[in-house]
Amino acid sequence: MNFITPDFMPVLPEIFVLTMACVVLIIDLYLKDENRGVIYLLVLATLVGAAGLTLFVHTPESVTTFNGTFIKDTMSDVLKVFIYLVSGVVFLYSRDYLIERKIFKGEYFALGLFAVLGMMVLVSANNMITIFLGLELMSLALYAMVAFQRDDKNAVEAAMKYFVLGAIASGLLLYGMSIIYGMTGTLDIAEIGTKVSEMPSDNIVLLFGVVFILVGLAFKLGAVPFHMWIPDVYHGAPTAVTLFIATAPKIAAFGMLMRLLVDGLGSLQAHWQEMLVALAVMSIIFGNVIAIAQTNIKRMLAYSTISHVGFLLLGIIAAGANGYSSAMFYIIVYTLMGLGGFGMIILMSRSGFEADELDDLKGLAKRSPWFASMMILIMLSMAGIPPLIGFFAKLAVLQAVIDAGYIWLAVLAVLFSVVGAYYYLRVVWYMVFEEPKETAPIKASFDVQVVMSINGLGMLALGLFPASLIAMCAAAFG
Amino acid sequence: MNIEPIVFYLFSTILVLASVAVVTVRNSVFAALFLVLAFFTCAALWILLEAEFLSLVLVLVYVGAVMVLFLFVVMMLDINDTLLREGFTKYLIPGGLVAIVIIVEMAIVVGPENFGLDKFADPVARAADYSNTKELGMLLYTDYVYPFELAAVLLLVAIIAAISLTMRRRPETKYQDPAKQILVRREDRVRVVKMESEKIKE
Repeated sequence: MNFITPDFMPVLPEIFVLTMACVVLIIDLYLKDENRGVIYLLVLATLVGAAGLTLFVHTPESVTTFNGTFIKDTMSDVLKVFIYLVSGVVFLYSRDYLIERKIFKGEYFALGLFAVLGMMVLVSANNMITIFLGLELMSLALYAMVAFQRDDKNAVEAAMKYFVLGAIASGLLLYGMSIIYGMTGTLDIAEIGTKVSEMPSDNIVLLFGVVFILVGLAFKLGAVPFHMWIPDVYHGAPTAVTLFIATAPKIAAFGMLMRLLVDGLGSLQAHWQEMLVALAVMSIIFGNVIAIAQTNIKRMLAYSTISHVGFLLLGIIAAGANGYSSAMFYIIVYTLMGLGGFGMIILMSRSGFEADELDDLKGLAKRSPWFASMMILIMLSMAGIPPLIGFFAKLAVLQAVIDAGYIWLAVLAVLFSVVGAYYYLRVVWYMVFEEPKETAPIKASFDVQVVMSINGLGMLALGLFPASLIAMCAAAFG
Repeated sequence: MNIEPIVFYLFSTILVLASVAVVTVRNSVFAALFLVLAFFTCAALWILLEAEFLSLVLVLVYVGAVMVLFLFVVMMLDINDTLLREGFTKYLIPGGLVAIVIIVEMAIVVGPENFGLDKFADPVARAADYSNTKELGMLLYTDYVYPFELAAVLLLVAIIAAISLTMRRRPETKYQDPAKQILVRREDRVRVVKMESEKIKE
């Protein structure tokens, strides 16, 4: 048989991240505890280097390699760059938290890099095996990171729940994939796309496979009614890990959804659209309503994530280049807001004290006016109040949904984002109008202060000038 | 009369019964042994499908290595299964209903009318000198090299995760440090207390 050596260039960022993750593991062996910061810097350098490589190998047209198991297009490149950016900020925010809790270890960062690698594989997978392996690579690293604080009962419980439910979801996804494989006889996403479009669209076996794939995706994204793990895991995990789980993997999950549903099963759109409508409606309603009842910020933000996932699904439902790019815009904006929200919880905590109750936010404006104003910007952006970026994200999705003819969905989404505004504004109220329990201002290192300020002001800056980000997302589906 | 269907149904029946036994028997060692039986019958089915390499790997790796390890762990651990069985009857009815609905649905969808021989052609039997192993090796290291490498990375992550989660100093374990034991000095252990000897009064 003749074998052509695959083109390694498009996979350069993945190879780099994998190599660096192994380098981190080895260097860590020779480091003393007080020099552990080297690992942290190395991880940040890796992410910067990977971003550089991704931009270096970027081409406007899509490229496949490794016999079509890997695809690199504008969507994957944009998503990857945001995965690096978000993961880098996550590591920066969580550094002091990890040091204080004595989990500032090489393995933590190595696992983090492997999770990033899994996400990269996921967004540029063009074969169902690759999708599954990328998903498992990401999830397995995340399960371990949740359980990293072994003596914390809550964290271990959260890790168990995450692991068991994640394994069930993977099983369902895999079963759906096997059914699709049985029908089409191929694992290649593009080939599945052509084979499926040749079959009658009401083929019950295909639909059966779609249902399982959709359930698996909904589990991973955390859409109602497959959301049960989200609040518990977000609450139980160390805040640094919550910050990670809540942000970068969502971008990867969006990529996976696009590859499977749109690229692979695009011709069954009429069917999965209906299922997504049900998921989106339930996510928006339950997410926003249950969030009101929460007294713990991590749980509150978990339910808010669920409602944001509902909004993301609206963009997918709208379909077409416009709908997909609005969904992509939404997920990127959401991760930036999530970074700020969970990042602030990390900032407020200190060793032996998790500032994750709503009461802990009381009087933040008096303690640290600058951080409080950043948090206000982030919360208002999450609520979708103009001129912040969260507003434009919601607007783009709603416009796409209305253009697709689902006016009732748009009305419902707006109504429930008004309900959602209540709990975001309550956070603002607690910070500004309540008396603080303690008066000491929040201490944070200089770089964290700078990045948090950029994060908060970015909400405003991007809101005033959203064109470049929107154009980037539109280019992915041009 | 073709012998293939008889062999197929024989092994399938054993496989299904063994799988049911895995989750229903009370003794966890028996459960592990039933799993071994399930793997064996599964391997036999794969032989029927002419996938001899996969079936041998299943026996060698799963039965030979994984399950032996499993049995060791099961025997070492003292699991209190009354705790695990708590709430079994509470979840039986809703869980059973959901399971039945799913089984019925699956039977309707993946039944013979959708997956019968009229839908999919009977796979062509290969010649006797056709090497399954060689073909697999060819595919694995050429067309599927990217997924193959990813699977390797996945295993690496599993190793790192397992080690980083278990390699830690438990506060409750008592351990000896030979270096400290050797370096110990007399003064650290023995304290000589000088006492005035009491005089017995005459």
